Amino acid sequence: MDVVYFAWVRERIGVPRERVETRASTVADLVRELAAREARYAAAFADLSALRVALDQELADFDASLAGVREVAFFPPMTGG
Amino acid sequence: MQVRVQEERFDLGAESDGFAAGVDGAGAIVTFTGVVRDADAGGLVAMEIEHYPAMTQKALEAIAAEAMTRWSLADVLVIHRYGRLAPGARIMMVATASRHRKHAFEAAEYLMDYLKSRAPFWKKEILSDGSADWVAAKDEDEDALTRW
Repeated sequence: MDVVYFAWVRERIGVPRERVETRASTVADLVRELAAREARYAAAFADLSALRVALDQELADFDASLAGVREVAFFPPMTGG
Repeated sequence: MQVRVQEERFDLGAESDGFAAGVDGAGAIVTFTGVVRDADAGGLVAMEIEHYPAMTQKALEAIAAEAMTRWSLADVLVIHRYGRLAPGARIMMVATASRHRKHAFEAAEYLMDYLKSRAPFWKKEILSDGSADWVAAKDEDEDALTRW
């Protein structure tokens, strides 16, 4: 699946988008896999309360299933308006 | 209902006139415009607005459509910019039209509350000393959603 990052999450991880091969069944599982990769990922995912997630461009929860999902996005709370 | 996400500036007068012309007989039109604050405190040089292109348009359309169902509205307009904006630049506008001003005002406030916390935009402040800070979401912005 494609994983995309925005704002300081993108800056901390260092890439805006990447292809991830995973068998993670939920967002939380995927987060654990990513955080275990390298320090920059661990830093970005250190505090999940500071993060939001969208699955195929719809806001979702960290316990949501990844079944059939093509794009996962991680970003800080939004600041529009 | 019209929703536009764009980098270029918009003409507030022309947009307001165009919106009003399309809702003849509505009786009440409310417009709100968000502007980049001036450089007075902290030496703000620019505001950089990042967004999630694949999601932004449909997130805004869902928010606008929800407003149309909750209030009796003749029409809704939402324009939101992204990219680098100077102090004083207009970031976004919403317009609502209804037969009654209460509906138009409430719907405009609803749109603003949801745009703040549920539309995928992130603001970064570029300061005159060269530093840059992501604007943090405020608890009260999240709390504001609970009143709807």
